[in-house]
Amino acid sequence: MAGIAIPHVTYANLEDEMKILVAVKRAIDYNVKARPKSDGTGVDLANVKMSMNPFDEIAVEEAIRLQEAGKAGEIVVVSVGTAACQETLRTAMAMGADRGILVQSDDEVQPLAVAKLLKAIVDKEQPGLVILGKQAIDDDSNQTGQMLAGLLGWGQGTFAAKVEIGDGSANVKREVDGGIQTIALKLPLVVTADLRLNEPRYVKLPNIMKAKKKPLDTVTPADLGVDIAPRLKLLKVTEPPARAGGVKVADVNELVAKLRNEAKVI
Amino acid sequence: MTALVIAEHNNKSLNVATLNAIAAAASIGGEIHVLVAGQDCGAVAQAAAQVAGVTKVLSVDAPHYAHALAENLAPLVVSLAPAYSHLLVAATTSGKNVMPRIAALLDVAQLSDIIEVKSADTFVRPIYAGNVLATVQSVDAIKAITVRTTAFDPVATSGGSAAIETMAAGPDAGLSQFVGEELTKSSRPELAAADIIVSGGRGVGSAENFKIIEALADKLGAAVGASRAAVDAGYVPNDYQVGQTGKVVAPQLYVAIGISGAIQHLAGMKDSKVIVAINKDEEAPIFQVADYGLVGDLFKEVPALVDALGK
Ligand SMILES: Cc1cc2nc3c(=O)[nH]c(=O)nc-3n(C[C@H](O)[C@H](O)[C@H](O)COP(=O)(O)OP(=O)(O)OC[C@H]3O[C@@H](n4cnc5c(N)ncnc54)[C@H](O)[C@@H]3O)c2cc1C
Ligand SMILES: Nc1ncnc2c1ncn2[C@@H]1O[C@H](COP(=O)(O)O)[C@@H](O)[C@H]1O
Repeated sequence: MAGIAIPHVTYANLEDEMKILVAVKRAIDYNVKARPKSDGTGVDLANVKMSMNPFDEIAVEEAIRLQEAGKAGEIVVVSVGTAACQETLRTAMAMGADRGILVQSDDEVQPLAVAKLLKAIVDKEQPGLVILGKQAIDDDSNQTGQMLAGLLGWGQGTFAAKVEIGDGSANVKREVDGGIQTIALKLPLVVTADLRLNEPRYVKLPNIMKAKKKPLDTVTPADLGVDIAPRLKLLKVTEPPARAGGVKVADVNELVAKLRNEAKVI
Repeated sequence: MTALVIAEHNNKSLNVATLNAIAAAASIGGEIHVLVAGQDCGAVAQAAAQVAGVTKVLSVDAPHYAHALAENLAPLVVSLAPAYSHLLVAATTSGKNVMPRIAALLDVAQLSDIIEVKSADTFVRPIYAGNVLATVQSVDAIKAITVRTTAFDPVATSGGSAAIETMAAGPDAGLSQFVGEELTKSSRPELAAADIIVSGGRGVGSAENFKIIEALADKLGAAVGASRAAVDAGYVPNDYQVGQTGKVVAPQLYVAIGISGAIQHLAGMKDSKVIVAINKDEEAPIFQVADYGLVGDLFKEVPALVDALGK
């Protein structure tokens, strides 16, 4: 396994190329079914497996592919949350991102505040492209990328299925309700990744070791001058009404009879 | 208290999802205005003016509103927003694209995908793939809301007689341009509006085999849907995907064929009135939400079902 590490890019060139910022959220693993706490004050996340939000893996992958294709320079990954988000950043760096920034907060940070924090980082880092996931699978908000684009006054290529970077602009194919829409957007630009943008690579063990040595800075919302006070108060959480148990039918004739006479839906 | 609902349309007709968003606005109470921004969209403004409960239609016509590009539509809504307590749009891909940008420009939070109105500032929304329902209260002066269409019955398309006010267009932000679209063509009903949906999953095995699903759909006058796995495998177009991150549907009858019932798929269909599952694995989680489960090979059972329906 051991061998000489060959960097896949020469760092001298990175500064001249378009920097990409990717936002990665630590979220519940997609295989886990969330439940409300019994007192209804929040979601029970005790001992629950956490992972990188799946859409953010796709976002990181896209950045790496652009770098590999010579269309981008340094890839900076940013996560907002508790110290545990370092793990998420390390995963992104093991995939191939160059550097990480943790915006550390133990308080809940809602999408508008995340967007403001990301804007503060964009103002500092001056990337040409910011890639986010289209949606975090915990809050299911589907907001942050659009909010960030609005705050920056940049274009937004949301729900992206394909991104083609050109000279000063990019063409983004978007997954929309009726099919696929293509729009041209000026750079710099915010993109949010949809499921079919790419298939994220698996992290290889040696890369996990290498990622431990990559730079990871920590800042706070206060350092960035951003007020993260929540605007939405969570009053309570409940479990949705469960569906009444159904029955198994023996064959298609019984099924048709049930649908006609019992359920009366056909 | 007045709500502004952003109409979704194709410059010719009003998307029915708008009627669900208007229904949500109606349950908040207060007056309802509708914004129709587009190009040569006079017919849409006319239609919006007849919708039950609408008291005013704001009509804005310019080429750069033709495709509801967020970079142009958001500043327009922001300029109108001070007169409103609530901004609503259906949680379609178009609504989800534009509303957060509006919210950020107004420095207010967005309430995504609401399924219930508790009061003018308190709403219920599903989180964690619909496994948890959150009741949230907004402390912002303007509530920016996207509406889960399946949770609000559409208001009537007639009965209203709103005044249409023509407004001047804002500038083209110059950030984005529509290039083209490849829309899925189908003679079947639309997923979002269908009373019956027949969906196929990975178990269907190929694009060719999807004809089996389509035959059943045609027999039932149904729309065709799919799981993510079926879309990723290229059996059907992207916009067929039902689920947490695809389309949320709630038809009278949902038939899931060769679909295991992952959390993410259930999130998009478990509010259907009646669910039928056909799967060869009797342990498949889809059976836990199915009213009627048929354990068997879809290649045998589905054609047999088509025959049985013909009788
Ligand atoms: C971020 C994220 C978002 C996602 N969003 C969505 C989403 O919106 N919608 C969605 O659907 N999924 C979504 N998924 C994917 C989801 O987790 C599952 O992978 C997917 O739903 C599985 O699809 P499936 O049931 O068709 O395939 P499988 O899980 O492979 O199930 C196939 C089923 O077919 C049955 N079968 C096979 N052959 C036959 C036969 N001959 N006859 C009868 N039955 C047969 C098998 O028993 C099995 O139960 C998402 C995943 C992630 C990570
Ligand atoms: N706390 C966070 N830290 C980093 N990125 C985030 C965070 N919250 C949201 N994002 C990004 O915004 C996307 C959309 O999230 P949301 O708007 O919450 O659905 C995610 O896929 C991430 O890319």
